[in-house]
Amino acid sequence: MSIAALHDTRILTGRSLRHILRSPDTIITTAITPIAMMLLFVFVFGGAINTGSSESYVKYMLPGILAITIASGVAYTSYRLFLDMSEGMMLRLRSLPISRSSMLWGHVLTSLAANAVSLLLVIGVAFLAGFRPRATVLDWLAAAALLLLTTLALTWIAVIAGLSAKTVDGASAFSYPLILLPFISSAFVPTDSMPSAVAWFAENQPITAIVDSLRSLLTGAALDASIWVSVAWLLGLLAAAWVVSLFVFRSKTRG
Amino acid sequence: MQAIEVHGLRKSYKDLHVLRGVDLAVPAGSIYALLGSNGAGKTTLVQIISTLLSADAGQVRVNGFDTAAQPRQVRESLSLTGQFAAIDGVHTGRENLILLARLRRDPDPERAADALLERFDLTEAGARRPSTYSGGMRRRLDLAMGLVGGAPLVLLDEPTTGLDPQSRIQMWNIIRELAASGTTVLLTTQYLDEAEQLADRIAILHDGTIIQEGTLADLRKLLPPATIEHVLKEPTLEDIFLTFVGSAGAPEGA
Repeated sequence: MSIAALHDTRILTGRSLRHILRSPDTIITTAITPIAMMLLFVFVFGGAINTGSSESYVKYMLPGILAITIASGVAYTSYRLFLDMSEGMMLRLRSLPISRSSMLWGHVLTSLAANAVSLLLVIGVAFLAGFRPRATVLDWLAAAALLLLTTLALTWIAVIAGLSAKTVDGASAFSYPLILLPFISSAFVPTDSMPSAVAWFAENQPITAIVDSLRSLLTGAALDASIWVSVAWLLGLLAAAWVVSLFVFRSKTRG
Repeated sequence: MQAIEVHGLRKSYKDLHVLRGVDLAVPAGSIYALLGSNGAGKTTLVQIISTLLSADAGQVRVNGFDTAAQPRQVRESLSLTGQFAAIDGVHTGRENLILLARLRRDPDPERAADALLERFDLTEAGARRPSTYSGGMRRRLDLAMGLVGGAPLVLLDEPTTGLDPQSRIQMWNIIRELAASGTTVLLTTQYLDEAEQLADRIAILHDGTIIQEGTLADLRKLLPPATIEHVLKEPTLEDIFLTFVGSAGAPEGA
């Protein structure tokens, strides 16, 4: 990216961040559903779930809750992008001598910041619910990087939805399957308790690898291949979503 | 010197031929009205001139720059104010202007914003969000955002559609001041009186081509010479309305 494009991106990120600072409820609503789910699972269902380990259940399922937090948080990116596209702001920006990629990156960087705050809120409540990780500083850094990469990949998927949606409801509807995906993974129960077809899907979808690596990092357990499977999945998704976003952006803005 | 030169411009959406060979020359420093009914292709033409749309055939040069080959230079030398107010509703009026000034690389964005607020009679409203503005105020803010950076060419797509008579006359005065300061103005309108009041030259866009073009006097010559008739001049409804609600330019919405 050129210096000029970085300058434009910085200004448009500032604009988009101000939207969040003026309506902090978007961060709170992003965090509140995962927090409610977490409390439900820990204090209602958790006692009946056998994870096959002696660790506390909150420690087992927190990574899944974090995945749900990101999946619901990125829906705001598609919502804001949809508004830009439908209310004439995008036309105005495109009539200016500024870099085109900055019009998308401003929203993407804002999504990273907003989701980071939501994730911290959820982790904070997890501590109150008895989450006591045995992670080193290095583990925490690796976990943060993995969460950041997950947010980045899902945000670019949200960009596709925001650019191609025809209604405001359509703009955020893409996130529902993403929110459900952690339930068909190792996030809440071990996959070997599932029927074989479902277990096969759960074991081979990216959320399981991501959740397993996060769990290893946060519990201080030895890392296995899941970390590389996660990174490969996320980089692949990120590259695909980014390419499709740029394609959709170009075709939507070149009549 | 022409601010805008359009040659043989064609644009279709599938089977809908919106522009079928448009030729146009807008002299620098003039107010040029593009007159046409709804659906005549005015917005399409303006969007092609401002590089938002690409043409199927033909050539457009803006201040000497080709829209297809040098879009960035074209965008640097013009500003567009579209039909729909492109305003960020979460930012105040002043913040909207500062945002545009920063994107236009103004060395002192805050001062640029304050100067425009004053010029458009929005200084007091600047600290509020545009959702609290009247329609006329929103349109003025929208135009002010377009003028950030002082581009030598301003495109106004139906600048007065939907405005009440006072705001409309206020907008006309702003457009006249712009032209007086040397800015070239291309405006589209469906109102005959607006073209008559403002424009140095008028082009009539109909069915995708320019069917007539010239000064108001040129266009008048196309019809048989005027005959003298004695008619009782009744006040128009607009005269009555403006007499009773006060003259144009009065503060509004405050």
